[in-house]
Amino acid sequence: MTTRRNFLRFVGGGAIALAAGGALYRGLQQSAPRRFNLDKSGHELLTAVAPVLVGPALTAPADIAAVVGRVQTAIAGLPLATQAELQDLFGLLALAPARRLLTGLPAWRDATPAQLQTFLQDWRLHRFQKLRSAYQALHDLVLGSWYADPASWGAIGYPGPMQELA
Amino acid sequence: MTAIADPIAAGLAAGWHVTDCATLTADRVIEADVVIVGSGAGGGVTAEILAQSGLKVVIVEEGALKSSRDFRMREAEAYPALYQESAARKTKDKAINILQGRTVGGSTTVNWTSSFRTPPVTLAHWQRRYGLTTYTVESLAPWFEQMEARLHIAGWPTPPNANNDLLRQGASRLGIATGAIRRNVNGCWNLGYCGMGCPTNAKQSMLVTTIPSALDRGATLLTRARAERLVLRGDRADHLMIAALDADGIAPTGHTVTVRARHYVVAGGAINSPGLLLRSGAPDPNRLLGARTFLHPTLVSAARFAQPVEGYAGAPQTIYSDHFLDTLPPDGPVGYKLEVPPLHPLLLSTTLAGFGAAHAEAMRHFARTQGMLALLRDGFHDGAPGGRVLLRADGTPELDYAMTNYLWDGARRALLTMAEIQFAAGAEAVLPLHETGRHYASWNEAQAAIAALPMAPLLTRVASAHVMGGCAMAGHERDGVVAPDGRYRGLTNVSVHDGSLFPTSIGANPQLSIYAITARLASGLAGQLTGGKSYG
Repeated sequence: MTTRRNFLRFVGGGAIALAAGGALYRGLQQSAPRRFNLDKSGHELLTAVAPVLVGPALTAPADIAAVVGRVQTAIAGLPLATQAELQDLFGLLALAPARRLLTGLPAWRDATPAQLQTFLQDWRLHRFQKLRSAYQALHDLVLGSWYADPASWGAIGYPGPMQELA
Repeated sequence: MTAIADPIAAGLAAGWHVTDCATLTADRVIEADVVIVGSGAGGGVTAEILAQSGLKVVIVEEGALKSSRDFRMREAEAYPALYQESAARKTKDKAINILQGRTVGGSTTVNWTSSFRTPPVTLAHWQRRYGLTTYTVESLAPWFEQMEARLHIAGWPTPPNANNDLLRQGASRLGIATGAIRRNVNGCWNLGYCGMGCPTNAKQSMLVTTIPSALDRGATLLTRARAERLVLRGDRADHLMIAALDADGIAPTGHTVTVRARHYVVAGGAINSPGLLLRSGAPDPNRLLGARTFLHPTLVSAARFAQPVEGYAGAPQTIYSDHFLDTLPPDGPVGYKLEVPPLHPLLLSTTLAGFGAAHAEAMRHFARTQGMLALLRDGFHDGAPGGRVLLRADGTPELDYAMTNYLWDGARRALLTMAEIQFAAGAEAVLPLHETGRHYASWNEAQAAIAALPMAPLLTRVASAHVMGGCAMAGHERDGVVAPDGRYRGLTNVSVHDGSLFPTSIGANPQLSIYAITARLASGLAGQLTGGKSYG
């Protein structure tokens, strides 16, 4: 079974690991990487994990959607090779069997905050470096997108740059 | 609204030869005396000196031409616009985040202005181990003086901000010597946003000094121009192939620029310079090209104080300590330089480990947080041989850098040192940046916890803002692909003029080392290309 083989290669940790799941998702189209635009499942993933990563300040659906939008913008600013790696990660996690095997989670929209927290904590400290790096990618994309927004600054006591020059 | 004079806008209005290659609608061929790949510390200095000597110079820059009017002090805009890979460039294993500029002026446009001469122990090691007999304190002194004058490098008369002063206070209470950092600024407003491009043009980066000077003398600047390959014919580079990038600098547009020149200077910075030479198939009989690339792997410690620290405000780096370099022999256990980083929300939030309520709680104390950095001096010991620049399947370079047990030992000592200094400065709690670290309320508690933290990639936070090496110069070809005069061995018309020349890390922020050493190399090259007197 393709998914099982890809799963085993993924957790095996080697250089091909993320590429394996991604190849399944992307199909073997061409060697030159292309831009990665979040699809529906990518939005669902981020919509689920963003509030768990950011914490109590992020609950309003409109705020979550704004963070997801900024994550898409951040991804668009990454090199194509990195965009392809993220596409592989998101693609793998969109496949229900792979997601269950790797994360134990049901569909993203059905996962409870406690389940999501367990998943993130598991990957954060996972013995496979590949999964720790995948966690850090989600951490940096989501938290960076939240704290880049001036709306988040009041809560942390950051006044923002000098108004006269900004 | 204060009107800030924008020298870039003025130069463009005056008719500088600048082409944004994103706008090209046809391929182009350009002839020049010298083409310089990169507009950062090495490329900028080289461009000015060669243009002053009357040579026709073309400067090739992968980033865009941005200026003070674009520098709005917002991380979300600055990182994608001004940094390699949106400030998220990483080592191959993703374990080390690398800050490097990608804009006209390169890293000098976004660095924190810290200016140190190359430490004498580093030069002594280069002389002894790498046969760089002309790289002495005495022979380099006039070049340091020249570049310090050119870039207004001087002591900073304003008191340090609290973030820096806490390093001074804590170290002082422990009997650890600190010093004041000299800065390349002229009329600095003490804002604290150097890392997002200086909004007042006070920072004397290449963007406002050498590059405008070269353009005033008729040089051509190509932006959004990625140097793909030097096409070699025998022992010469015949031409440079350039891919035009789209407006956001991500994908090639399909148009190309070909530059034919008498001489080619590679100054794209460590990682990109070896990358270009690897793609070009440059001679490398000893497999040294891309090897021994160094990072000053940097550990971070965050402390919470009762009083405001406001690490976002004021000159970002003004105090340092070399105590843990000076008290250890360079070839002994790895030493480290202590400095502080400016703290801004996006960079701090991504650097802080953890998530959810605990992360939010740490961020809530943002304005009372003091940050400290320890930069490990790699490259002086067999236990820190550096990484290797490799090419990805699409030809782009990436750095494979493994933290060794030797470096992890230094990482742990560095986290201990920083926590001890932060508590000595009065911290309420100290957080070593590590996935299993947390806020510790006393030095005793922190000491026991840090001693037990597992040191491993993607658990311990490691960052780098100083990439060096990969095209090392050395007296003998077995030790480096570049000769002491900056010429690439085996090619008669290719030089390397940037931080990739260094055979070890510098052991200090590298910008002034790059300025002075490439000024000397460029003066020699100018003499050779114009038939005049050359540097011996």
